[in-house]
Amino acid sequence: MALVEITQTVDAKGLSCPMPIVKTAQAIKTVESGAVIEVLATDPGSVKDFAAWTRSTGNELVEQTSDGGVFRFVIRRK
Amino acid sequence: MTTATMERSGDAPVAAPEAASAPAPEVKPKDVLIIDYSGDLEKVWATMILASTSAAMGVKTRVFVTFWGLQVFVKDQRRVTGENWMQKMLSVMQRPGISHRKLSKMNFLGMGPWMMRKLAKQYNVASPKELLEAAQLMGVEFIPCQMTMDMFGLKPEDMIEGMGEPAGAATVIGMMTEDSVPLFI
Repeated sequence: MALVEITQTVDAKGLSCPMPIVKTAQAIKTVESGAVIEVLATDPGSVKDFAAWTRSTGNELVEQTSDGGVFRFVIRRK
Repeated sequence: MTTATMERSGDAPVAAPEAASAPAPEVKPKDVLIIDYSGDLEKVWATMILASTSAAMGVKTRVFVTFWGLQVFVKDQRRVTGENWMQKMLSVMQRPGISHRKLSKMNFLGMGPWMMRKLAKQYNVASPKELLEAAQLMGVEFIPCQMTMDMFGLKPEDMIEGMGEPAGAATVIGMMTEDSVPLFI
């Protein structure tokens, strides 16, 4: 996979539902269409939640990884 | 009127330009309409979680606030509301404002809500007030019930900033039968 430029990082570590989604929704509005942001979260529920969120908003979940309890979601704005 | 007609007849097609170029949405998400009837802490919390998430998902979200739900949207610092003694007494018996909600069960003179708030802080769960602010920021519309405003003697200046225009039951039923997924909390 080609390297993508991350425009913004949303640090939602430690936050519970629904704040990782709420913060991401607010952050993605501040970047251009096609720009890529990353979200860091520790809420295990966020794995399913980000899948649902990207599905219904149409933003693209480019990559999803987890490292030592921190989930990283790379999202491209629609 | 005449000028408008003449201008329009000049350049022929006045069709909306975006309508033609925008790709057709595959599945249009329905609007969400939450009816916030309760003023109990746990239900207000659920309302705020769902309203903020719904807006975050790009869904047009409205919350119709009625009966005890209306007390939630009175400014936190308002101690007594209403015009006559009964309205005033009701507001004294159940303090209005989003930061003064009680649990419907296990309230134990405020011990229950205190523990809930303590736990929420410990586990980084956003408070109803924080969620309300996020929801308003994302454009959730909170519509007060006119009838309940009148019955409780609530005036627009008693309410928090950014409330929508008061409306009634017909507005709610209209939304339910047109394009909104309704939720009664």
